[in-house]
Amino acid sequence: MDFEFSEEQIAIRDTIRELVQDKVAPRAAEIDEKSEYPKDIEKLFAENGILGIPFPEQYGGISGSSVSICMGIEEIAKACATSSLILAVQALGAYPILVAGSEEQKKRLCPPLASGEKVAAYALSETGSGSDAAAMKTRAVRHGNEYVLNGTKQFISGGSIAGTLVVFAQTDPEANQRGISAFVLERETSPWKADKLEHKLGIRGFPTAQLVFEDVKVPVANRLGEEGTGFKLALAVLDRSRPGIGAQALGIAEGAFDYALNYVKERKQFGQAIASFQGIQFMLADIATQIEAARHLVYRAATKVDAKATDLTKVAAMAKLFASDMAMRVTTDCVQLLGGYGYISDYPVERMMRDAKITQIYEGTNQIQRVVIARSLLR
Amino acid sequence: MDLDLAPQHANFRDTVREVAQEVVRPHAVEVDRDHRFPDEAIDAAKAAGLLGVLIPREYGGAGLDAIAFAVCIEELAQACASTSVIVDVHTSVGSEPILLFGTEEQKRRWLPPLASGELLGAFALTEPASGSDAASLKMSARRDGDRYVLNGTKVFITTIGRAGLYIVFARTGPDERAAGVSAFVVPADAPGVRVGQLFKKMGLRGSPTGELVLEDVVVPAANRLAAEGQGFTVAMRALDSGRIGISGQALGIAQAAVDESRALLQGRGREQGDEFMLADMATRLESARLLAYHAAWLCSRGRPFTRQASMAKLHCTDTAMAIALDGVQLAGEEGTVGGSPFERHVRDAKALQIYEGSNQVQRIVIARDLLS
Repeated sequence: MDFEFSEEQIAIRDTIRELVQDKVAPRAAEIDEKSEYPKDIEKLFAENGILGIPFPEQYGGISGSSVSICMGIEEIAKACATSSLILAVQALGAYPILVAGSEEQKKRLCPPLASGEKVAAYALSETGSGSDAAAMKTRAVRHGNEYVLNGTKQFISGGSIAGTLVVFAQTDPEANQRGISAFVLERETSPWKADKLEHKLGIRGFPTAQLVFEDVKVPVANRLGEEGTGFKLALAVLDRSRPGIGAQALGIAEGAFDYALNYVKERKQFGQAIASFQGIQFMLADIATQIEAARHLVYRAATKVDAKATDLTKVAAMAKLFASDMAMRVTTDCVQLLGGYGYISDYPVERMMRDAKITQIYEGTNQIQRVVIARSLLR
Repeated sequence: MDLDLAPQHANFRDTVREVAQEVVRPHAVEVDRDHRFPDEAIDAAKAAGLLGVLIPREYGGAGLDAIAFAVCIEELAQACASTSVIVDVHTSVGSEPILLFGTEEQKRRWLPPLASGELLGAFALTEPASGSDAASLKMSARRDGDRYVLNGTKVFITTIGRAGLYIVFARTGPDERAAGVSAFVVPADAPGVRVGQLFKKMGLRGSPTGELVLEDVVVPAANRLAAEGQGFTVAMRALDSGRIGISGQALGIAQAAVDESRALLQGRGREQGDEFMLADMATRLESARLLAYHAAWLCSRGRPFTRQASMAKLHCTDTAMAIALDGVQLAGEEGTVGGSPFERHVRDAKALQIYEGSNQVQRIVIARDLLS
């Protein structure tokens, strides 16, 4: 048993921490206010190797470890949840290739992502197929050496900016979930249409899009794994990416708590700092304890990803569930600690509260996490 | 980073589990029903060497660390919470003050009989008017040459009447707060040591709790632990690692409630609402376990762990209470009937939110650390 990060992991974290405090934190409020994708931050991450964290060295990256990915996402999310998605979605798009890709596919598709030349996205959900992912309608029909894709994907994070898109589609609709296959689309050769969805509650700077595929051609060489193995792959990817959403939730909560903790030490009422009131102190103690508990679960799940543990599915779902529910409660409490100031956008905690909400919803709603956990307990 | 138990800890857990499930568990219902001391369980723990987990080998103990201690208490609590609190108090606050603050002579004298279980250790800090405000204790220890004369009453003493020695905190100096407190080892058979009122409790009924009355009890100066005025430091340090043990107890009770709830749902028709409760119970338990192990891991490496131990105690015990109540809810009316493990877990878990620093005191400790 060892709760310590390795020196390499600490080095990655410290580099990111410094970069984030220096360059990302000052931009966070503006990114939210303008609902604008921070291309400058994507570039900053690319230049500093942050987008290479999800990839092992042999594919042009710097790590490939889930613990490192989570550390990176956590650090970025402390300042700006939108920016943390640049790394989180890169990892989400990378996992299908790393898990199911052939050596040739990994060597071909990963390096441009690892260098940050391109960003990736992952397209599973559809308007009529959210939690019930197997009910998807997007169709892929094989014609010789290529597939032709038709259909619509919904709520695709980064779908409008990605250069590389992993898409799940039915190759054999009769076979239901055993008829789903996974494909890697590259924008230059397999272009898709994207409509950005506007006016989101939070993570406003990261585009969420509806993607439309009209006779989009994909070479057979870009199918991941065998036909019919796509659904299994989609779930295997979510097992690996959920700790990252836990890390994002954790970072958002920590960012809000750091701010609120300083605030209650400074804010004076009744002639004393409000931190001197026991009612406030107990809120602080509960928040810090909840954050600490969530942190351990997130990194527990991340080490399970790296160890390819057999109980990964359950622990990853627990980490995502616990950390995101925690983040929602904690950010709400932090708004409370700031009182009226917490409610206005001159202070960052209301943004963090809005950003936290999505972590309870995406990559499997928390209801789905409970289904996953209960199933693994009761089987 | 590796959050799995090391092989030696996993092996130790398996050893404890065997004793707990085979010898301790079968008596749990009856021990609770009859408010009786779990003699069979304590004898089995003695025989398996579980009473000297933290005591070094040179003094007859197992020489294991705080992680092993947490694991040991968790496994025992999963079988019988009353047994676990007796072993926990003995191992941590009943023995560690001697282990951590005793002179070589004091350690040679008391640790071997504590390690073997020949003597059970107990901890006497709380008084009728001094609970969370421990520094206000009133028991007096008047110096008389090379001895002290102790007078006063302690309350809520775990293992009262069965302990062979009590770590007693009493006032030696004129200072009315912490700086006037000293720690003493008081043998249970010293003249003037008397068991006062014995309490009937809501839970943990196999573990005797009551008053310890000292009337002109004479102890040699050689029985004082650390310097005069250092008693409060001794108590606080003992409670830090004590909280790891309480966390272990909470984990054990909660694990039992989760396992029994799972078995219950597997054996009957169930709705998604039931399954979601089980998922939440298991998730909270997992988060609590990691907090406890983290505190134990820090302690085992000699690093500061006060805040983490308080967080573990707070979160583990609040979680155990919530899980125990959810277990009754899942079991329905059947779960409320005497003899059902579900209702027993609720009664047992409640004490954990109160003793070794109420959860309000834990929040004070954590907040103080955050604001310092």
